Amino acid sequence: MHSTARAFKANARTAVEDPQLKRALRHVKEGFIHKRAKAVARLPEFEALRDAARAIKDHTLAHLDLYLEHYEARVTAHGGQVHWCVTAADARAAVLDICRRVGAKTVTKGKSMIAEEIALNEHLEANGITPVETDLGEYIIQLRHEPPSHIIAPAVHLTKDVIEADFRAKHTHLPTGRSLGEARELVDEARTVLRERFLKADVGITGANFLVAETGSSVIVTNEGNGDLTQILPRVHIVVASLEKIVPTLEDLSIILRVLARSATGQEFSTYTTVSTGPKRPEDPDGPEEYHVILLDNGRSAMLGSVFRDALRCIRCGACMNHCPVYHAVGGHAYGWVYPGPIGAVLTPALIGLENAADLPNASTFCGRCEAVCPMEIPLPRLMRHWREQEFARHLTPLAARTGLGLWAFFAKRPTLYRWAMRAAMKALGRLGRRRGRFSTLPLAGGWTRFRDMPAPEGETFQAAWAARHGRARAQGGQR
Amino acid sequence: MSESAEPASSSSPRVGLFVTCLVDLFRPSVGFAAVKLLEEAGCRVEVPSQQTCCGQPAYNSGDRADAQDLARQTVAAFEGFDYVVAPSGSCAAMLREHYPALLGEDPRWAERARALAARTWELVSFLTDVRGVQAVAARFEGTVTYHDSCSGLRELGIRAQPRALLSTVAGLRLNELPDADVCCGFGGTFCVKYPEISNVMVSEKVTCIEASGAQTVLAGDLGCLLNMAGKLHRAGVAVRARHVAEVLAGMADGPAIGEPAPTSDNAVAAKG
Ligand code: SF4
Repeated sequence: MHSTARAFKANARTAVEDPQLKRALRHVKEGFIHKRAKAVARLPEFEALRDAARAIKDHTLAHLDLYLEHYEARVTAHGGQVHWCVTAADARAAVLDICRRVGAKTVTKGKSMIAEEIALNEHLEANGITPVETDLGEYIIQLRHEPPSHIIAPAVHLTKDVIEADFRAKHTHLPTGRSLGEARELVDEARTVLRERFLKADVGITGANFLVAETGSSVIVTNEGNGDLTQILPRVHIVVASLEKIVPTLEDLSIILRVLARSATGQEFSTYTTVSTGPKRPEDPDGPEEYHVILLDNGRSAMLGSVFRDALRCIRCGACMNHCPVYHAVGGHAYGWVYPGPIGAVLTPALIGLENAADLPNASTFCGRCEAVCPMEIPLPRLMRHWREQEFARHLTPLAARTGLGLWAFFAKRPTLYRWAMRAAMKALGRLGRRRGRFSTLPLAGGWTRFRDMPAPEGETFQAAWAARHGRARAQGGQR
Repeated sequence: MSESAEPASSSSPRVGLFVTCLVDLFRPSVGFAAVKLLEEAGCRVEVPSQQTCCGQPAYNSGDRADAQDLARQTVAAFEGFDYVVAPSGSCAAMLREHYPALLGEDPRWAERARALAARTWELVSFLTDVRGVQAVAARFEGTVTYHDSCSGLRELGIRAQPRALLSTVAGLRLNELPDADVCCGFGGTFCVKYPEISNVMVSEKVTCIEASGAQTVLAGDLGCLLNMAGKLHRAGVAVRARHVAEVLAGMADGPAIGEPAPTSDNAVAAKG
């Protein structure tokens, strides 16, 4: 996917001015948080499950090569095929090869962030193959030619009225006078339109929430059932997944699933959890004739050996962005690439380069709400700080910020000079601000005073006042 | 009101007050409120003069070398105290949670940083959890609401302590703040690096503060308070902002944050 992460600041400025987006983002704030909190409160062992889930992933990542080999052997044993892909381009080419070989004209797609990461739709379209998104949210944004703005709710930036207008504009074969004001009616209409497409598709492409090494299975978790139709009806099923999706066993899977749905949507379990293992066997009533797994690295193995390894535990539940006040303010598109929110701020620089996404790990107050809710206990603020340290070390930090910081540090590291200089500065500022108690403009503080007043200092510093009192008290004591 | 509930004696713990740069520069009265509360809790308070800033601006900007220098400076300044107390969750968390990591690979400083971390507390939680303070002898007429600053809340687990002590302030009524645990948008340099985003966040906070129906908003971190007070004033919302220590110490009779000092100049200005 093309990135606009470099323009994060400009993207954010546009986003905060968008009233429609603001209305849509209310749902994230009010819906997801409340539902997750309720689901977690109902499960006393939630914290213990988090620890267990984390331990499973840590163990898997420590032995990733082993589990991947085992996984491939199992897939092959079941008659499927694993395609190892180092880059996004490799993965696109592998998918296109399969589609061409089987003469595919239409492919249906379940929701897949990896497909977004490798910009699969654009590539298929450019090669004369029509991809049809079957997840409702993905279908809507495909109609609008937009990228997803959230990893589990791709169209969360849209309100119902906008979607209604899109459907009326695109589904011109349906009666114009039909009623479409309710969410239910929108879902039904999308279903009707999509049903025909399912039956016509030559290839079905899905992502995978998990890959199970023990059985060679891919697992998808959905609420619409579209993924099942996508992978069962066409002759060929292609799974696109990145390597860190591996879990060792079905038992491990069941533990992680318990934290996933609760963290994501506040459900105890998603409506459909589908485990696919290889192509159709002779005794199976249905299923694809071919089963392929596109196994993508695209920067993950480099993360494995770095300080960012913890981020590979991510199960893409979306809780971190659902709880992020910055995400609530700007929405997902402002982040400019596939993964928004706190996990995007950590992953994007790793996958497309820090120089292309340096704002992302900076645009956080380190409020820590993401880490507090992450079911995989990923220390997101710490990882963002690591990016800031790399940015500083590589001299990517903007010059003005660097100079300001250097000047401040010069004083802060010289306590005597600092006390003297700050006392003089605060005296002056205090005198200037005494009448109003605050400033509405202040030289060099435009970033602050554009939107809020700057309270004036009281005038004397604590250190000076303390020294004065302390000195006097000692003197009095001496006289007695 | 009692001047000193438990007078300090030679067996009293020696507390080094880490006053924090913002309190030192902007609102020394918070520092004096902290001293009063600590002395009432039976501590001997000293203020090492070699302290400046805990280093968060550098640390959070990726400037590890300067952050380490400031960490060493602070560790050295506060050696020898029984406890180190700061009227700020975020600065206390810096000393407690981050110094050991920051100096962990420096053989000469790692142990000293860990020792400092183990002795460091945020003011209100120190009073309740270490000194066993259950009530304060203060009076404050009015309805307040309390904002949980992020570091104190999530890094140090401070939530119940300020509410417990506030409930013992005579005349005070506490209305819970909707979304009290959501960041106010300060975030140190964040608020000037991303002013538009910070503005959305602090505007939401102001909406919640208004919805609480309180006349005063309290918090334990001056950074958040400067941000919220600045926005309340700009938005023309008549809610005052104060550090929780001012109220607990019974020292909330001066001007609130961002309000003019009652001077003769002002009296003249008001008449004119
Ligand atoms: S980082 Fe954690 S909270 Fe965010 S999507 Fe990944 S698992 Fe979920």
